Amino acid sequence: MKKNTGAIGVMAALAMALLVACSQEAGGGAADGKAVLRLTDDPTGGAHAVNERLARMFTEHTGIGVEFVPAPSSATDRLALYLQFLGARSSDVDVYQIDVIWPGILAEHMVDLRPSFQDDLTGHFAPIVENNTVGDKLVAVPWFADAGILYCRTDLLEKYGFDAPPETWDDLERMARTIQEGERAAGNKDFWGYVWQGSAYEGLTCNVVEWLASSGAGSIVEPDGTVSIDSPEAAHAIARAAGWVNTISPPGVTTYKEEEARHVFHTGQAAFMRNWPYAYTLMQAEDSAVRDKFDVCVLPGEKGEHAAALGGWQLAVSAYSAHREEAIELVKFLSSPEAQKARALDASLLPSRTRLYDDPEIAAAIPFFPAMKEVFTNAAPRPSTVTGEDYNQVSTIVFQNVNRVLSGQTDAKTAVSKIGTELEKVMERSR
Amino acid sequence: MRTGSSHRFTTPPPFLMPRYGRRWGVVVRRVLFAGAVALILAYTLFPFYWAFNGALQPSSRLYVSPADYLPVPPVFDAFREVFANRMFVRGVLNSALVAGGSTLLALAAGSFAAYALGRFRIRGRRVVLALILGMTMFPQISILGAVYSVISRMGLYNTLWGLGLSYMILTLPLTVWVMMNFFKSLPAELEESATVDGATPLQAFWHVLLPLSLPGLATTGLLAFITAWNEYLFALALTVDRKARTVPVVIANYTGNSLHEVPWGAIMAASVTVTLPLVVLVMIFQKRIIAGLTAGAVKG
Amino acid sequence: MSSLQKRNLWAWAFLVPTLAIFLVVGLYPLVQTFLTSLTNARLGSTRAPEFVGLDNYATLLRDREFWVVVLRTVLFTVVSVALEFALGMVIAMIVHSPFRGRGLMRTAMLVPWAIPTVVSARIWSYMLQDTYGVANDLLATRLGLLDSKVAWLAEPTLAFACVVAVEVWKTTPFVALLLLAGLQLIPDEIHEAAEVDGASRGQRFRLLTLPMLKPAILVALIFRTLDALRIFDAVWVMTRGQAGTEMMATYNYRQMIDFQQLGFGSAVSVAIFLLIAVFVVAYVTMLRTERG
Repeated sequence: MKKNTGAIGVMAALAMALLVACSQEAGGGAADGKAVLRLTDDPTGGAHAVNERLARMFTEHTGIGVEFVPAPSSATDRLALYLQFLGARSSDVDVYQIDVIWPGILAEHMVDLRPSFQDDLTGHFAPIVENNTVGDKLVAVPWFADAGILYCRTDLLEKYGFDAPPETWDDLERMARTIQEGERAAGNKDFWGYVWQGSAYEGLTCNVVEWLASSGAGSIVEPDGTVSIDSPEAAHAIARAAGWVNTISPPGVTTYKEEEARHVFHTGQAAFMRNWPYAYTLMQAEDSAVRDKFDVCVLPGEKGEHAAALGGWQLAVSAYSAHREEAIELVKFLSSPEAQKARALDASLLPSRTRLYDDPEIAAAIPFFPAMKEVFTNAAPRPSTVTGEDYNQVSTIVFQNVNRVLSGQTDAKTAVSKIGTELEKVMERSR
Repeated sequence: MRTGSSHRFTTPPPFLMPRYGRRWGVVVRRVLFAGAVALILAYTLFPFYWAFNGALQPSSRLYVSPADYLPVPPVFDAFREVFANRMFVRGVLNSALVAGGSTLLALAAGSFAAYALGRFRIRGRRVVLALILGMTMFPQISILGAVYSVISRMGLYNTLWGLGLSYMILTLPLTVWVMMNFFKSLPAELEESATVDGATPLQAFWHVLLPLSLPGLATTGLLAFITAWNEYLFALALTVDRKARTVPVVIANYTGNSLHEVPWGAIMAASVTVTLPLVVLVMIFQKRIIAGLTAGAVKG
Repeated sequence: MSSLQKRNLWAWAFLVPTLAIFLVVGLYPLVQTFLTSLTNARLGSTRAPEFVGLDNYATLLRDREFWVVVLRTVLFTVVSVALEFALGMVIAMIVHSPFRGRGLMRTAMLVPWAIPTVVSARIWSYMLQDTYGVANDLLATRLGLLDSKVAWLAEPTLAFACVVAVEVWKTTPFVALLLLAGLQLIPDEIHEAAEVDGASRGQRFRLLTLPMLKPAILVALIFRTLDALRIFDAVWVMTRGQAGTEMMATYNYRQMIDFQQLGFGSAVSVAIFLLIAVFVVAYVTMLRTERG
């Protein structure tokens, strides 16, 4: 035993030494007397390499160093981490990458960027800028955009004689049913018409925002703070989605997130899918069952009202930063057309700048790129800015109740009135 | 101390008894017994096998139905990807260090406390015992916020030290409990003779009791190690980056190249990889664990 | 100083490290949680929290969802501990009787317990996925036991059952281990004598094995009940509490972290602590009467 403990001790010491050696991170490379900024980033994410390259360019130009603070890839974990830093007024981070739904939650901790970016704002898609503005304060500058889109199996549309993607939800239902029946009759028993995200999580709120906005039923909580979800139009839109479950959508769709939906579509088992642009590249891989057999377009809408839930990430400067001026310089650089173009080419991240959608180089690299301009112009933000720090609770009330409707535990009319009452309570509290 | 020698005569429920009875009875019973063993093995091992299978399938075969039950030919891309992932490799190292370190600390502090509680009649013993039991009564989430503020105020946020210290709340009560029963079960004369020879309680503990309690230490040590190795919530909240992130958090947050993407093959490969060392540990210590528990935890 | 006093001093000296650690990572956080529960503190807010007295507790008492969650967690605990116990007993009996490959079997039975819960929960949710999960593949496509594929985690009763199944899968080894250790403490001679006296196997199991296992059974029950009441990881990874699987700890997490309501969330924590304490007191009383 004595010998054993000795050996364990030696091993532990060695391991500690290794640990110390590993944690010597490369410095920020700042020029003499210049600040070193700290920026959050997900080191496992696909964009980390291009971000590192951009940071090096910035340092070469300005002499200001940049270091990365690793952040978890899961958005909820990342928000919890940010709140830990910000709640402690920590100056350890100068620039935060924030999700599109966080400006309201984080507003009090961030510098107002409007004075420094006023002239540049018209270059970005208007819904994003609006989303990032709390009161008069510009909490964050748009960095890249994301939005819900419809993926269609072009080969199947053709096979069943449809010459265009669905314009309205009724079209989608009809086409999905026809294709599903046809494919099942042909022997593919597990084929489904339409897959989307119905699990009780943030992604369902995105779907709900799209259903409502595309049916003229408002945006759950309106920008002026009125709770608008308790309406016949909203009930109708949610009931329609509930009707898809187990008819044109698999019964398990109420547990689907992005990836479950993609797997079904990716393996050729669905005609339509609502998802984010990320799925495109993955489904064009060499061994994909649907390679070159699908296309993307805007989601359907009633009376020509299309809507896509707005996603994406923004750049914000911490109010506790010791290098505010330099941090703003970094944000200017990273959100510039050049940097956004580099990120589009290297990591398929869609720019937040309108003009870049006419850029032939990006269009050549990302085939569905030009179609996205219309999507972003019509993007519908989630009600995160008006609900501020209560947004997570608002969203949870929405997705939990709607999920109950989808899985048949309650009906849409009861649910919207319950959501309405609960949201009123939350909004009341924060007034 | 008794260990698992032959126990032919402790009676299992009738249908599980393989040995006795008339000839046909023997055959039927053997078949039933083998069936029961097979069922249990399938239930306990299949999910692990399925992870293994998933890790060796090409990614295009992961989401198809009917599924492939054998990874033929095996594809090692997922394992290669996992081992190239610095976050994961570092996570394994972090997990090993923090689990090993907190186990040693729990054993060191816990066996002293267990000695005091098991072999001294001190006033306030009841209160201390109640306190220790009380430590196991709340979900981790309920002290998460406060533990976070203590750890960060001590400057231990995002360090293995801080995480290891927080794990004491999980491993120390169990250690004290099991070791206390263990010490109680040792005959009283042991230290008496030592004390007569003029040894202090510390010396008696060190030279007489501790050597005798090694089996108990091995058992509780393994229990503590597994608890710490598997812990998720504290690791999530008390660490941020490679410096201290442990492997359950790395696996739970494993993402692909883009937001939303969940690379199942790599996750399965990572899962298999972190489980294997524990299976080996359990295999080596299996007899030890049972013997230690026999002596410590379950004796009235 | 008398030698007894000296001995006592030694004993307290031995307790110091453990007590100090508990003070820092247990007692202090608990007190802190209690104090926070009397305020309207918010996570990550720089506003100073205000003292609100027992308001949070009043809100909690009126919160119907919380009581549903409490009842559900208790139901979950009763069902899963009962199943673990029954299954654990069978497994303990099997690996206690001599047969070839017993050592291997004893190792195999411990595997589920050695896999981190967040990891095994991910494996299970992959297996239970409706269109490509192996559960449906096996039961519906290959064996034809089900007419069509089932969405295991979508429908409340099924999802609850799945969470129970995973928890039972994960923790039965621990119960079996404790019971096995208990079985090994029963001297062979007692059974030999009973067999000579003509007691049947059933009688011997009921009248000898079970009573003598009581200490082991009680320890297993206590540990498992406390753990099951606090279930978090498995639910969090598999369903995030949707489809009627929200438990006390996940509810607590949602209030405290997701909704950033540190004050209210702390009140939930204290309430859970008190509820679990009721179980502990019940068990400890049982143990004490047991030992006379």
